[in-house]
Amino acid sequence: MLEITNLVKRYGHDEAVLKGLDLRVEGNSVVSIVGASGAGKSTMLRCINRLVEPTSGSIKLNGNELVNLKGAELRRARRKIGMVFQGFNLLDRLTVMENVLAGRLGYVNLYQAISRRYPQADIERAFVLMERVGIAHYANKRADELSGGERQRVGVVRALMQEPEVLLADEPTASLDPRTSEQIMILLQSLASELSLPVLINIHNVAQAKTYTERIVGLRHGKMIFDGVPADFNKDALDAIYGGIDAPDDAITDTPAEERSHDSA
Amino acid sequence: MVDHAQQLADRVWQRYDRKQRLIRYAVLFATLMVVFWAVRDIDIFWPWVWDAPNQISGLGGRMWPPSAAGLNGIIAALIETVHIATLATFLTIFLALPVAYIAAQNTTPNRACLWLGRFILVSSRSVNTIIWALLFVAIFGPGVLAGILAIVFRSIGFIGKLMGEAIEEIDRNPVEAMEATGASKAKVVAYAIVPQVMPAFFAIVILRWDINIRESTVLGLVGAGGIGVILQGAIDTFAWPTVATILIAIIVLVLIGEAITSLLRSKVL
Repeated sequence: MLEITNLVKRYGHDEAVLKGLDLRVEGNSVVSIVGASGAGKSTMLRCINRLVEPTSGSIKLNGNELVNLKGAELRRARRKIGMVFQGFNLLDRLTVMENVLAGRLGYVNLYQAISRRYPQADIERAFVLMERVGIAHYANKRADELSGGERQRVGVVRALMQEPEVLLADEPTASLDPRTSEQIMILLQSLASELSLPVLINIHNVAQAKTYTERIVGLRHGKMIFDGVPADFNKDALDAIYGGIDAPDDAITDTPAEERSHDSA
Repeated sequence: MVDHAQQLADRVWQRYDRKQRLIRYAVLFATLMVVFWAVRDIDIFWPWVWDAPNQISGLGGRMWPPSAAGLNGIIAALIETVHIATLATFLTIFLALPVAYIAAQNTTPNRACLWLGRFILVSSRSVNTIIWALLFVAIFGPGVLAGILAIVFRSIGFIGKLMGEAIEEIDRNPVEAMEATGASKAKVVAYAIVPQVMPAFFAIVILRWDINIRESTVLGLVGAGGIGVILQGAIDTFAWPTVATILIAIIVLVLIGEAITSLLRSKVL
């Protein structure tokens, strides 16, 4: 169970990006987090595995506090948090298998990591997971030879290799074409139930959020303004989360009105 | 219509305004003054300059034909020259990579290390190989060891600076992904940074090996081993045909080095 309490994140002396966020995710539920760019979705996800340092608040994973961990303790905690990235963040010049096994870096020692002598159980697990998502035949191909959808599958398998207790996905489908992004969403949804793993997905595509996740959390200006099942996510909720977002942006630019309408056309 | 044409004709366009033109003339004048000052001050003995064509043909006559005597000695010295370059480049790798690591903004452990790294790079590069060689000949005596160390100390700055820049230019996203798996710093370096700088590493080392071969040909002039020792000896004894052979041998060596490095580059990269 992931439990976030009163999470605040402020960069420097600017206005806080996250303003006291509370969120509980239990069991194997798939939660999508929606919100306009700059609403704090990415920051929230990165606070959980501490790629971003929270300013204050508490984040507990299965009862363990994550916010104050340092050094080896932090790395041990990160092993249990898988992450999937918008840009896949693969090691392009390494093979698919090396990328997948990199998910075990928190478990193996430095010699094993550098000499690529991973335990047989890890290699077995890698093949099983790669077969599950249909990329096992690419094991010895370089990661940058794969297509976008295949690359994101490598990213997902790498995260699952960590044997995570929670999976974070930061806009996992934003760099993919519509069809491939649907496939990745289906994959995340079914893996969550197969591995009984809670999954948090930052997503821009509201239709996909409603179709493939069982709970939607809406963020705006660092505050949670919607939390409910997709059926309750109606036009009002959509307006509350995205509505009027463009207006203040337009107000600060001095582009004449006719040019602006030209731009949007 | 006529008015309009009139207006067009009256319009004046100038690339530079008065002030800009004045500045440009001033800069031009100052440059000419500096050149004039330099030529007047360096005290060239002009008769020797006018005599140069005579000297060239005289020297050419004395050099031609190149002497094949002592060719074995020359080839042995050439091989020694290549050994100096190879050993020095190899040694440099181990010394320069840690320096590159601490001199790169994104991997340096702290500010002190960053400045230490930069200090090492700058001091290595600001002293010429020949000056390093003079120092090491004074310390270790004449010979190959002084030559190797001289080249190592100059190469640290070159390889270290370029590798540091390669490290600074990496894509940060894989680093973030490796940190997210719970990997330690060393593993993040091995998986996310090393593969990204590998192509740059090979290109830089091959290039430096090429440069080091050329530099090691002159080390002998200050007694630090290699072909230069024989060259200096031949010049001192006015053995001009041998000098000619040595110069040709150096050109051939550099051409072979050039061929090998371009072959390596096309194979590795």
